[in-house]
Amino acid sequence: MNLDSMRDILNAMEAEGREFWEVVLETDMENRQVTREQSMEKMSAVWHAMLDASDSYTGERRSLSGLVGGQGALMRRYAAEGDTIGGDFISQVISEALAMGECNACMRRIVAAPTAGACGVMPAVLIPLSRRDNIPEEKMLQALYVATGVGAVIAYKASISGAAGGCQAEVGSASAMAAGALVFLRGGSAEQICHGVAMAIKNMMGLVCDPVAGLVEVPCVKRNAGGAVNAVAAADMALAGIESQVPVDEVIDAMGEVGRRMPVEFRETALGGLAATPTGRAVMDKMMNGRKRRRTLTIKDARWKLERRPSEGENKKEESAQ
Amino acid sequence: MIDVFDIMGPIMVGPSSSHTAGAVRIGRMARALLGEKPVKAGIGLHGSFAGTGVGHGTDKALVAGLLGMKPDDLNIPNSFAAAARQGLNFTFQEVDLRDAHPNSVLLELEGVSGKRMQVQACSTGGGRIQVNRIAGVDVNFTGDYHTLIIHNKDDRGHVGEVTYTLAQAKVNVANMSLSRSNRGGSAMMVIETDDPIPKPLLDYFQQLPGILQVTYYKKED
Repeated sequence: MNLDSMRDILNAMEAEGREFWEVVLETDMENRQVTREQSMEKMSAVWHAMLDASDSYTGERRSLSGLVGGQGALMRRYAAEGDTIGGDFISQVISEALAMGECNACMRRIVAAPTAGACGVMPAVLIPLSRRDNIPEEKMLQALYVATGVGAVIAYKASISGAAGGCQAEVGSASAMAAGALVFLRGGSAEQICHGVAMAIKNMMGLVCDPVAGLVEVPCVKRNAGGAVNAVAAADMALAGIESQVPVDEVIDAMGEVGRRMPVEFRETALGGLAATPTGRAVMDKMMNGRKRRRTLTIKDARWKLERRPSEGENKKEESAQ
Repeated sequence: MIDVFDIMGPIMVGPSSSHTAGAVRIGRMARALLGEKPVKAGIGLHGSFAGTGVGHGTDKALVAGLLGMKPDDLNIPNSFAAAARQGLNFTFQEVDLRDAHPNSVLLELEGVSGKRMQVQACSTGGGRIQVNRIAGVDVNFTGDYHTLIIHNKDDRGHVGEVTYTLAQAKVNVANMSLSRSNRGGSAMMVIETDDPIPKPLLDYFQQLPGILQVTYYKKED
């Protein structure tokens, strides 16, 4: 089947007597022509890649621009002291989100979920919950399938690309996926999963993608913390029995519309928002200078020349062929 | 049809699926198309790859791919040092490619046996890639299938011969495209198949009259 709407998934659950995660798992089996075990194995690799990144994080690395590095370690230390506003769980969620976003910015191994820029949100909520509640791996993999189903619907109906739909499509989508997974892990119904997803997206609606110097660093890393905490809020609301007054599929459609109408300056072009602030521009200038210096060096050492453009004769030939 | 592991994945070294993971895959694809260990690489960065490539590690990622690393290899950040150890000389330039996707790269490779290959490819998002030109001839494939590329003289009968032979060997063709530089010049067949193509078949194609070059990319899992 195609994961084209949340309604499609609910219908498939009803028609086939399946759980939410099973519908997504069977879609993968069908599309890639793999067995249940092969699919689960691949999802297990995803889960372990998240755990490995979290376990091996030290906070020592810095990003290529130098803007990012060490924030997750600061937050972990602060959380460990036990005197935070948000309490243990929320502090861990924030720490994990920062650590994972930093891993990405510093060229360590992460899981793009759904994108590299938003890679911190899913592990930020899943890892602390799995540890606190001692959840078996099998259940965690099921939660990842739930989240994937949510992401697939968003990708189909709206977008999961910052260049197409702004940050709402990246961190917003990740937050919705995380909310769905959390509701599932805490025993919520499929309807409650949908409400959690809807509320997570509504709270992130319109978020722009404005990366300083076009790099996946500022504000991306900290926005992962925002998306993760939002997922917890949305999931808890859904589990409390609070419903989204606008059905989830309509919310996702609205997000798609907002993304399509978002000015290009706010869609990953580094031309607006934080990227266009004096500080943002200064970072951009610094990075560009670094590039020019490097380029001069490499051209001097160049051993052969690349063909920059086809010759004129070739140009004409192609034109006449068209 | 959606691959759910495009949503929950890929597992990759950061920071960007298009500028880092896609770049590794392009390098790896180019190495596979060369068919041997590259010793020289001229790397031309176009558009956004030239603009923000360094900040995203695109340069390191491309070299890592040329060395055969995968997008989740933890050594990607150290690929320049690895290239020095493995005897790969590389240079970077900015290039302006006509009508190219913003995340494009032009690779000029020389292999250990002296074999040369020119590949233009782009990273289309989420770590997915597309090969756009080989040896100056337009092509279009993604590495989602086993891919056979036959560079031949533009002459009658080659397409029939190749596809008939594939059918005899029970290899099913998924997609196929043809292009040529000019009439009577050189032409290229790009054939994407569901089944892998055995080595003896590739050798057979290579020795056929009028066939200039046979290149094969075996799909990765």
